[in-house]
Amino acid sequence: MSVQSNETSIQTSATPLGRDDLARLVARDIAPGSFVNLGIGQPTLVSNHLTAEQNITLHTENGMLGMGPEAEGDEIDGDLINAGKIPVTELPGASYFHHADSFAMMRGGHLDICVLGAFQVSATGDLANWHTGAPGAIPAVGGAMDLATGAKDVFVMMTLLTKQGASKIVDACTYPLTGVGCVTRVYTDKAVFLTGPDGVTVRETFGCTLEELQELVPVPLKAAAAVGA
Amino acid sequence: MLNFVDSVQEAVAGIKDGSTVMIGGFGNAGQPFELIDALMDCGASGLTVVNNNAGQGDQGLALLIKEGRVRKMICSFPRQSDSWHFDTKYKAGEIELELVPQGNLAERIRAAGAGIGGFFTPTGYGTMLAEGKETRIIDGRGHVFETPIHADVALIKALKADGKGNLVYRKTARNFGPIMAAAAKQSIVQVSEIVPTGGLDPENVVTPGIYVNTVVRVPAAGTAAGTTEKVA
Repeated sequence: MSVQSNETSIQTSATPLGRDDLARLVARDIAPGSFVNLGIGQPTLVSNHLTAEQNITLHTENGMLGMGPEAEGDEIDGDLINAGKIPVTELPGASYFHHADSFAMMRGGHLDICVLGAFQVSATGDLANWHTGAPGAIPAVGGAMDLATGAKDVFVMMTLLTKQGASKIVDACTYPLTGVGCVTRVYTDKAVFLTGPDGVTVRETFGCTLEELQELVPVPLKAAAAVGA
Repeated sequence: MLNFVDSVQEAVAGIKDGSTVMIGGFGNAGQPFELIDALMDCGASGLTVVNNNAGQGDQGLALLIKEGRVRKMICSFPRQSDSWHFDTKYKAGEIELELVPQGNLAERIRAAGAGIGGFFTPTGYGTMLAEGKETRIIDGRGHVFETPIHADVALIKALKADGKGNLVYRKTARNFGPIMAAAAKQSIVQVSEIVPTGGLDPENVVTPGIYVNTVVRVPAAGTAAGTTEKVA
């Protein structure tokens, strides 16, 4: 079991969440003992909020389990980097492996959770996060498709709205897909959404009511079931 | 046949125009800069290069691309903040790109070395990178058929070799080295240190010497900027 099941009745807080608050929330939802891959960008903030008691092992797809914090000063070693090519450290109990093994452990369903950023997530959990599809844009995919398809749970962290105010939770992705039906949860500044074949359920809202949220999001939203329901 | 040679020039001398060349490394970690520089100097062109990226900054693979030696890149992540030489060639239509999800890239290389004719993977199913490829539903899940990537030559950086060509690597610099060594007809390896046969613990050998053809020692001080060689 990689995810704590505290989906009860819908919870609300008074204000939207900042990036660090959101990272703290994701960290709290990761079950003790999980193997986790944190994507480049906003998801890396989650590592700042994982506690020693949680005993989480971080995977970096370039070939390491047991990744520690970013390296500083004398710790910096060009042979020890993360998937974002940032120098990192190793924790006691770390292991190294080659690329095919690293992606086999991902594809083989051994990784409990990956946390990714996104351009769009569809109502059924399709993910678009690698390519805008703009003419002239040089496509680069890296491990995005492998992560989206391989981990048991795929969490997305993003702002709910684009800078232009459009919802990033959509009926169907207009950007090129990264994976089909792969996202299980979406953590945003305004709400936590659970996605799957049956559509979108709202677990928590931040600074808005479910009704106000529904006005922003163009897909039907359900409230999470109450305890025991 | 295993050869120990005295120079990187000698190591790459047999690489011909039009070859498919795998180059190890993820970013700068594990990138065999000295072998790439020697490949540049030997003049081979029309190359197909397999690497995770498409060169960074003004060194190594990026220079090979800048000088027009690379006809085609097979990689997962060509676009970076400092991949300007690839960007220029790509936008000018002077280099072909085969974009492959990173795990599919690794597994296609592994498959070549393992004699596998192809495999079905869920990665990429339903995306534009699966267009035109055979698909199959297996246990209710969509899969895409991917084929092996073979190469004429692999250029690899490892930490140490022994007299049998057995290799050990260092930290995340291992990345593509072991699978590329197996996938290429000729594996050319630069190491910081060559130890006598028996000098590596057989339990800890990562790449057995059967996959290695040429070994050249490149002292650690000569490795790329940013790489510190603090051997534990």
